[in-house]
Amino acid sequence: MAILATLRRNKLSWLGIALIVLIVAVAVAAPLLAPYDPLKQNIIHRLEPPSAQFLLGTDTYGRDVLSRMIYGTRISLLVGFVAVVVAMCVGSAIGILAGYIGGLFDQIVIGVVDVMLAFPTLLLGLLIAAMLGASLENLIIAIAITEMAPFARVARAPTISLKEREFVTAGRALGFSPLRIMGVHILPNMASDVVVLGSLWMASAIRTEASLSFIGLGVQPPTATWGGMIREGFENILTAWWLAIFPSLAILVTVLALNILGDALRDAIDPKLRSENAA
Amino acid sequence: MSETILDVRGLQSEFRIGGKWYPAVRDFTLAVAANETVALVGESGSGKSVTALSILNLLPAVGARIARGSVRFGQQELVGLPERALARLRGDAIAMIFQEPMTSLNPTMTVGDQIAEVIQIHRGATRQAALAEALRLLEEVRIPAARRRLHDYPHQFSGGMRQRVMIAMALACRPKLLLADEPTTALDVTIQAQVLALLNELKASYGMSVLFITHNLGVVAQTADRVAVMYAGEIVECAPVDELFARPTHPYTEALLRAMPRVDRDSEALEPISGQVPAITRMPTGCAFAARCPLREPECDRHPELLALAADSDHYLRCRVRAREEAAA
Repeated sequence: MAILATLRRNKLSWLGIALIVLIVAVAVAAPLLAPYDPLKQNIIHRLEPPSAQFLLGTDTYGRDVLSRMIYGTRISLLVGFVAVVVAMCVGSAIGILAGYIGGLFDQIVIGVVDVMLAFPTLLLGLLIAAMLGASLENLIIAIAITEMAPFARVARAPTISLKEREFVTAGRALGFSPLRIMGVHILPNMASDVVVLGSLWMASAIRTEASLSFIGLGVQPPTATWGGMIREGFENILTAWWLAIFPSLAILVTVLALNILGDALRDAIDPKLRSENAA
Repeated sequence: MSETILDVRGLQSEFRIGGKWYPAVRDFTLAVAANETVALVGESGSGKSVTALSILNLLPAVGARIARGSVRFGQQELVGLPERALARLRGDAIAMIFQEPMTSLNPTMTVGDQIAEVIQIHRGATRQAALAEALRLLEEVRIPAARRRLHDYPHQFSGGMRQRVMIAMALACRPKLLLADEPTTALDVTIQAQVLALLNELKASYGMSVLFITHNLGVVAQTADRVAVMYAGEIVECAPVDELFARPTHPYTEALLRAMPRVDRDSEALEPISGQVPAITRMPTGCAFAARCPLREPECDRHPELLALAADSDHYLRCRVRAREEAAA
């Protein structure tokens, strides 16, 4: 309730939430919303501009752009969400472990993390996707690996300060195991940081997915993905602008909505703001 | 003398500073009997807390170690005991409460869940049974409207109430030994008195031994059976509480008592102790207090040992000058 109250104060956050709800609804209800089969080719209606029949036009195979975009939402959200959840779980587990154990282990982990952070996300994703081969699972794995480093870093820093707090010493004095202290006593104290980072990096994951699909290392055609549609549209950008523009706008809106949501969540979950509301 | 619960002998705990190990606690020998409260007194940095943490082996894993000595709890040796076995003892047979009630509780869990957690771990109780026991404990430490407050978070409690919650957590498994590390220092005076009274009462009803760490001699007089005075990592004097207040023998103890405000004495001013505790990196080879001591003699350059004043005395002293005077008297 307190979280909702904080959200209510921030008008912009509602825009983010409304957009996210809308996008998720589109993904879930894709078969109901799409006017045509996204894979159905129609040679007669090739490269038609937006019209009453085809609201966002058709592509080189005569497929309906709107239908393909609606189905592409599913891939983008699925890849973005699963990749970020995997990155979040594995990354923060590594970060907490490194921060809690400290010493040489910490040094090694933070060294690897720094190297990964210094690598451009897209380049690293490209490398891993190329090594694993192009498929939906491999795309998720590649994006998850590229995004682990920031979560490890964000989880490690508060762990180092939290493990010196008296309630952790008190927990040890009460006979709690290290695993319990890390999972039950340290993790919840940074969960808000990690979740906020999650929503921000989901935007990045969706961008990376689109970029990899654009390069051709993502989900393979004929499956409809935003990145793939932009690539196909790119070839005809001068004659058929609608092919690349509409999927690009979809990415823009989704990334923007996730960023707004992330900022709103950060404000809402911050315990100081929460206690202000409770009082 | 009744059964010994805690028997610490020759304990030395060290910290690594700049690549070298320096002792923070030296030659620490102290026994606590069943149902006895022993106070450990000394100024900041005298090694009181390090001693308590050493008993439970809670020193930081990196940069700190127990260099030598033995800590026996009942029949069990704790130094060198595997971490798993130690974890079973902690919070169960030996519990500890800390100085800072504001930070000793996890801010993200309700107090009921935090107390229940201890019972679930050590007793294997279900959450329901553990919560019921947690409620009983909250009532026992006199939290008003305990049933309603069971599901409150720590930030909804005042400092004194949080310290009561800490005590409830420590007592959850009916420990035989309670290590209380300045449990009342962060509280204001009236709350301090309430918490002390509560601790005394619970100690009697639970039949616990207590090692009570404090720098407040007034608190010592209220709670302790025996007192050990620590200076620079060593016990310098140890005696039953009445004996120590009536006949302080070590010059440091005397100075401490003179530095304490008292209503029953008509003194003009408090006397601060001049000088400072030596840093652990520059501990003198002789008596650690010598630099601040009015009785200093050349023989103080040799390190004094903790010895009984007389053959059958339970008054122990670490001072060559005073020991000689006592022997002559």
